[in-house]
Amino acid sequence: MSELLWIVALAPFIGAFTLAIFGASMPKKIAGAVGCTSVGISWVCAVILGLNYTQPQEVSIGWINVSWLQVDIGLRLDTLSLAWMEVVTLVGLLIHLYASQSMYDEDGYSRFFCYMNLFVGSMLTLALASNLLLLYLGWEGVGLCSYLLIGFWYKGVVNCDSARKAFIVTRIGDTALAIALFILAWHYRTLGMQAIINGAPPVAATLVALLILGGAVGKSAQIPLHTWLPDAMAGPSPVSALIHAATMVTAGVYLIARLGNLFLASPAAMLAVAVVGTVTLLYAGLSALTQRDIKRVLAYSTISQIGYMFLALGVGAWNAAVFHFVTHAFFKALLFLSAGVVVDAQNHEHDIFKMGGLRRALPVAFWTFMIGAASLCALPFITAGFYSKEAILGAVHTSQAGAGWMLACGLIGSLLTAAYTSRTVLVVFFGEQKMEVSKRPGGLVVFALVVLSVLSIIGFVGWPKLHLGESSEQMLVVVSTVLVLCGIGSAYVYFSRRQLSEAFAAWPFGNALHRLSLSGFGFDWLYQRTIVNPLKAIAHANRRDIIDAFYTGLAGAARAGESLCKLMQTGRVRNYAAGLVFGAIIIAYIVAVR
Amino acid sequence: MILTLLLIIPLAGGILSWMVARWSVLAARWVAMLATTAVFVIAMAVWLQNPAELGAGTRLIEVNKPWVPQFGLSYHLALDGLNLLLVLLTGLLAMVAVACSWQEIQHQAGLFHLALLTLVTAILGAFLAFDLLLFFFFWEAMLIPMYFLIAIWGHENRRYAAIKFFLFTFIGGLFILISVLGLYVYAGKGSFDYDALIGTAMPAGAAMLLMLGLIFGFAVKLPAIPVHTWLPDAHTEAPTAGSVILAGLLLKTGAYGILRFAIPLFPEASRTIAPILMALGAAGVLYGAILAYAQSDLKRMVAYTSVSHMGFVLLGIYAGNAIAIRGAVLVIVCHGLATGALFVIAGAVQQRTGTRELSRLGGLWEVTPKLGGFTLFFALAALGLPGLGNFVAEFLVLLGTFAASPPLAVIAALGLIASVVYALWLVQRSMFGLNVNELKPADLTAREVAILGVLAALLLWIGLHPQPVFDTVDKSLTTVERALPTGESYE
Repeated sequence: MSELLWIVALAPFIGAFTLAIFGASMPKKIAGAVGCTSVGISWVCAVILGLNYTQPQEVSIGWINVSWLQVDIGLRLDTLSLAWMEVVTLVGLLIHLYASQSMYDEDGYSRFFCYMNLFVGSMLTLALASNLLLLYLGWEGVGLCSYLLIGFWYKGVVNCDSARKAFIVTRIGDTALAIALFILAWHYRTLGMQAIINGAPPVAATLVALLILGGAVGKSAQIPLHTWLPDAMAGPSPVSALIHAATMVTAGVYLIARLGNLFLASPAAMLAVAVVGTVTLLYAGLSALTQRDIKRVLAYSTISQIGYMFLALGVGAWNAAVFHFVTHAFFKALLFLSAGVVVDAQNHEHDIFKMGGLRRALPVAFWTFMIGAASLCALPFITAGFYSKEAILGAVHTSQAGAGWMLACGLIGSLLTAAYTSRTVLVVFFGEQKMEVSKRPGGLVVFALVVLSVLSIIGFVGWPKLHLGESSEQMLVVVSTVLVLCGIGSAYVYFSRRQLSEAFAAWPFGNALHRLSLSGFGFDWLYQRTIVNPLKAIAHANRRDIIDAFYTGLAGAARAGESLCKLMQTGRVRNYAAGLVFGAIIIAYIVAVR
Repeated sequence: MILTLLLIIPLAGGILSWMVARWSVLAARWVAMLATTAVFVIAMAVWLQNPAELGAGTRLIEVNKPWVPQFGLSYHLALDGLNLLLVLLTGLLAMVAVACSWQEIQHQAGLFHLALLTLVTAILGAFLAFDLLLFFFFWEAMLIPMYFLIAIWGHENRRYAAIKFFLFTFIGGLFILISVLGLYVYAGKGSFDYDALIGTAMPAGAAMLLMLGLIFGFAVKLPAIPVHTWLPDAHTEAPTAGSVILAGLLLKTGAYGILRFAIPLFPEASRTIAPILMALGAAGVLYGAILAYAQSDLKRMVAYTSVSHMGFVLLGIYAGNAIAIRGAVLVIVCHGLATGALFVIAGAVQQRTGTRELSRLGGLWEVTPKLGGFTLFFALAALGLPGLGNFVAEFLVLLGTFAASPPLAVIAALGLIASVVYALWLVQRSMFGLNVNELKPADLTAREVAILGVLAALLLWIGLHPQPVFDTVDKSLTTVERALPTGESYE
């Protein structure tokens, strides 16, 4: 049975390989079929494995064996990797089906599915890896696919720049993770997951945990390495749904949950995780409030929701974090896919203020987006998002590590979430219609949307129920519900009364706030000026290699010496005779003095 | 006999190719191809037949005959795991070099193949020699054909580059000669034989000076900063085959010299100087990467990435533990494959578009998707993407270095970030964006796809199954490890 694990991970790779070699000469239908089938096989095997799961299982073959270092290519299935495997294959399959239709008119169709398959394979490798080096392989692999897919429309310079930015910024975190791997390898004399999870943490536990956090922060787009994610929206919508919402960006959450014992060994590192999560969820919520690009709203929302997961991890609520990952994967993928339908229907317009009134014109997108939005807002009792977010807030409330201010920020975050989500829904789907619908979703697209909608509502089934035993926890539910309703209400009021928003825009301070939030609080501006530009300037200043100047100097000196000596060669016997006499006098002088 | 054959076949092939070229250039190319293939096949046969002996760490094949006994010179060649690996690499890259010149070299093709194959002979000789004077002979013999390859078949600024290359390596060679002679005098056995000289007792100061002479010569070839500046010029101006051989093999003779001679002959002095050389290696990783990013010439950019990657080799060797040294050996192999391929690509781009200037390229993916795909692949190899050989190599170097010196490991790890910056920049500027210059190059030919496909497959294979490489070199590296017992544990 455990051999099926190989198929789960390998099927997408084989699909990617096939498409890379033969894709260019394939008809589109076949390329799409190959792409979807490989992930489909993976999903079927994952389901079979999930249904028969009783205890952790492992399969492996040799990889590197040098001195004491022995690393296998090994896959390990336990409850944590099981959750990731199921979500990645299921959401991956649905998005592949969606994309096989929505991307059909694009050039490079087979290339797209090649990258997508490669991504799913890498993501599964990341989640199933039985040692940290293989995890790192998957970790970098998903980063690569993210790069390739953001830059899928490679003719646009903006797309290419965004893609590079994503790779470089996450690589900064990856390097921190690599250094953590060095420390762990020398400490445990292995990189096997089991040994590291069960062994005694190293002396420098805080340092190791912080380095790992660095890796997680990069991949999961948390402050201060979050700046790549909003720009990553330059990629096609299915990519945003799969990579930049449902799966890859939650890899950091997986990593921390996986290596939880290293974090538990260091309260300082746990606090750091919680603080990163709290600050990020507020920051991204505030930034999402003013974005005009529908996908950027969702991008900031993703950053914010992952912030909730980090907060949960930081207070030791691993289960709540994983739970929120699952529901978030469903509803955020749904939101992105349905936003993709909207964007496609509006001639690739991303600006929500140029849209409007699509409620009637695009009912499928409207209803599915509504369901996703409801789940994102954590509308009480009827959405999956409610249960997972309540689990996090409850954990922050009850945990030793949780602090009052974290809970307060988490609650304000729900208000912000409700506000920016309702704003988007109101602007895009209500009001008067501004543009004709140019493209309607096809059958597969609708199918993917409907399945994800169902999952966004019932995605909480199977998870431990909320305990509402204590009155303080009941209180929490009430408070957060009220806040969500306030958020929705304020968005409604703000957009139904024109004069209110106009007054706000006219107010200088309000205007400044608006611009600050729109620019994501100037992180890009700051990094550009303090890091990117100086480094570029240094590199360009030295593009001719200062060290070479020394050697050209030597050559120049030799040439100068040559031309000096050449001066003596006049061809006049007089001069040579004078030189001879002069030299003789010097020699005579030296001899005489001695 | 086999070892002698390994030297005679390419030399004879070169001469034959030169002679045949008068009648048919195509025949000359095939002669050269056959000769290089023969080298590769022989090395492969030795490799496949000797798994047990490799494990025992003995020399697989050895010839040792007195040649000029009055000078203490002997014809001593031997093959062990370390140089077997490099001979394999030589055979492969020589085939690549011949294949990628098929269309590029039309002028004096016969002479070109003579120079190329003489160069290959000299490289093989340097890898196989176990007599120091013989080694020096081959070392210097590499210079002349390479000089002509650059000076005759090179690009615009070829004379400058050729002379610069010659001066640097020649001066480096002089220092090697002085050290070899000094060692000969100190040993007082009247022999230049490796086995006679190893373990020579001498004053620490003298050992240090003699070793520095060797290191200087090898560092120029490697190249390590600050003696690297000949490389970008030589690479940029050399014809494609010259760049492939230069990056893939000539640089490796420097690393091989350190592993085979500098460290085993002078273990104590090596231990003393190890921290400095490690620092130079780590600095080279970053320095080369930063310079690579700033270049606007495709070949020059790739040349500086070589400086960066060779920094990993120097760092790994002197980190001194088994992990780092094996990592360094693997960098040698993988860099040869990946950078060789990047030079083939640069050559293909230049041949088709007439320029290497990145600002005049761009948008090529649309018209030449195969070229684009391969460029992306090898750029990813260069940036150390996991799954490809370079990752395993660099990871092991850094992991090993971490025990010897955590700060240097961290500095070199920053090179991982810098490599992403330059590699992606290279791909973007050449392949992505709009094709504003309306370049209409033809896509890769079947021959080029075959060359690059083989190199790509090898990198993938090493990335997922590097163990054969480690098993091959394992036992022959023990002398190096014993000489440098640094950093076997961390904490």
